[in-house]
Amino acid sequence: MDYFDIFIGILGSAIRLSIPLLFTALAGLFSERAGIFDIGLEGKMLVSAFASACAAYWTGNAWLGLMAGIVVAIAFSFLHGFASITNRGNQIVSGVALNFVAAGLTIVLGQAWFGQGGRTAQVPGSGRFTPIILPGADAMREVPILGPLYANVISGNNILTYIAFLMVPISWWVLYRTRFGLRLRAVGENPGAVDTAGISVSWLRYRALIVTGFLAGFAGTYLAIAQSAAFINNMSAGKGYIALAALIFAKWKPVPVMLACLLFGFLDAFANFMQGKSIPLIGEVPVQIFQALPYILTCVLLAGFIGIARPPKAGGVPYTKER
Amino acid sequence: MNTASVQLPAWINYGVIPLLNLALAFFFSGLVVWAIGESPVEALRLLLIGALGRGEGIGFTLFYATSFIFTGLSVAVAIHAGLFNIGSEGQAYLGGLGAALVALSFDRYVPWYVTMPFAVIGAALFGAACAAIPAWLQAKRGSHIVITTIMFNFITSSLMNYLLVRVLIVPGKMAPETRTFLEGGQLPKLDWLISMFGGRLGAAPLNFSFLIALVMCFLVWVLIWRTKLGYEMRTLGISPTAASYAGIPYAKIVMIAMLISGGLAGMMALNPVMGASARLQIEFVGGAGFVGIAVSLMGRNHPVGIILAALLFGILYQGGAELSFDMPSITRDMIVVIQGLVILFAGALEYMLRPAIVRLYQQISGK
Repeated sequence: MDYFDIFIGILGSAIRLSIPLLFTALAGLFSERAGIFDIGLEGKMLVSAFASACAAYWTGNAWLGLMAGIVVAIAFSFLHGFASITNRGNQIVSGVALNFVAAGLTIVLGQAWFGQGGRTAQVPGSGRFTPIILPGADAMREVPILGPLYANVISGNNILTYIAFLMVPISWWVLYRTRFGLRLRAVGENPGAVDTAGISVSWLRYRALIVTGFLAGFAGTYLAIAQSAAFINNMSAGKGYIALAALIFAKWKPVPVMLACLLFGFLDAFANFMQGKSIPLIGEVPVQIFQALPYILTCVLLAGFIGIARPPKAGGVPYTKER
Repeated sequence: MNTASVQLPAWINYGVIPLLNLALAFFFSGLVVWAIGESPVEALRLLLIGALGRGEGIGFTLFYATSFIFTGLSVAVAIHAGLFNIGSEGQAYLGGLGAALVALSFDRYVPWYVTMPFAVIGAALFGAACAAIPAWLQAKRGSHIVITTIMFNFITSSLMNYLLVRVLIVPGKMAPETRTFLEGGQLPKLDWLISMFGGRLGAAPLNFSFLIALVMCFLVWVLIWRTKLGYEMRTLGISPTAASYAGIPYAKIVMIAMLISGGLAGMMALNPVMGASARLQIEFVGGAGFVGIAVSLMGRNHPVGIILAALLFGILYQGGAELSFDMPSITRDMIVVIQGLVILFAGALEYMLRPAIVRLYQQISGK
């Protein structure tokens, strides 16, 4: 096989693997910029994957599946908010707790409802997001370089993939060009100032968490009924944490978040491709190196060797009104 | 009225509130069981019988509790210094490598009681090594310890995966695990402890590391409340500015606290690796590091509380396993749900009931 074809193949799979990361990292972006640490992203992804698979199976409609995924992820966001905003609990503890609840509940309910060891039933074709062939993809295929790129990387993805990339400029616009975004960023840096301006810190943070749940719902739905056709035990498999790493790697900014997710997705695709193959001179590279690379890179970044990653100043600190 | 500054007596703070939070967690767990269509009362009865009904059940319960004591102490030591170590999972995993390397090299030549001290040191050193980089990043580079320990859980997992699949695996075997340790590399079972109470241990893997765990509880208590180092750690945990004002070196205390925390997590590996399966297996930690967070929270970061909370989770793990046999519609993962709810109510929502209790207390005491 031609090297270029291989490259196109890896690139296509990199895009597909980076979409759940992208939705989740953008979800985390909103809550962390508002000053709420969210290590419960993994759990939100998992519950929304489960909900969307169930709803899509029962209704046979992929969009209703997406809605269910979003609603359930927002519900989990509210729980996180209730613990960490209303009750001023520890945000990390709340995130850990919700990850556990999500991991357990999806399997317990899945087993009770479908009896397949935690899997949901196979979702019929109408309940899935299937690849869309963009106009002219087949005609373009013969054009050198651009043709395969258009036909195999840009075309042939499902609608959620395009929505994911659309969410990047939208997130940027919301965060940097709207009043809501300005206040959201302010509440993550200096909630006292926001409070003094007469704006409710709690309500603002709750709204940020709603956006987080909304985006995490897309991520779970993508896993369950776009990438596969059912919910499988623990199908998020640490993607929520990779997304968190991507968010930090991107220094809490929307466009770099996209690039970081693409990079981590590419590493994943490359690892899959390299499995069992050997590089001349070096020999076989253990696939585990690629699996660990996103985390290693993030730690190197956090060590301050690739610029400085400065988290939102009020992140992780519950806000107490002065009295 | 603001209730946050009202002082409550210790028996409410350390007794009533945690128990009420626990009760809430169990209430919601019961709702889940009920929603599946089973009886929560019956489920609880089966769970308790499975965990405490026979000597073998008790042996399993204490076996699980042993692991949770180690990881609970690990989390608690870090919390006293104001650090949230959620890397106990990875530190225990790497600790297993330390214990296994000692066992593999000693087991042919010496009896277990010679191997054991070296294995304890090996496990603790490897666990501490896994905590060292996040600790250094926090102390010197100001990176958030929560983030870096999460990252290190995954890095450790990849590393161990590689070592077990490629390096330590027995040639010609399929399972990614080391060879079985000979008797010189195994910790003896505690049959006598159970027979003292008239039970029989049976197949339960309760072993010598249970006693090591109890010794560690005592040592941690001494460290935190009876030494200068422990005092410095607690000062740093309560107020970093006061600590720096008092001349307590931030970087040094952070490093030491995290190394001790990682070492305790590493020792957890003695229990499953040298006590139960007598070999290093893939993913042998199985979430015990995260349970440590719940145990430490429930036990209010005190060794006595940690033992009680570890027993509770031991009962849940063993009873949950038995329950899933008796009620096939409830899978073992129900434990994970209960665990999550306990962390939620006892940890994140620990102040939820406080205002109501303060008001009730004030009414009753007539102030």
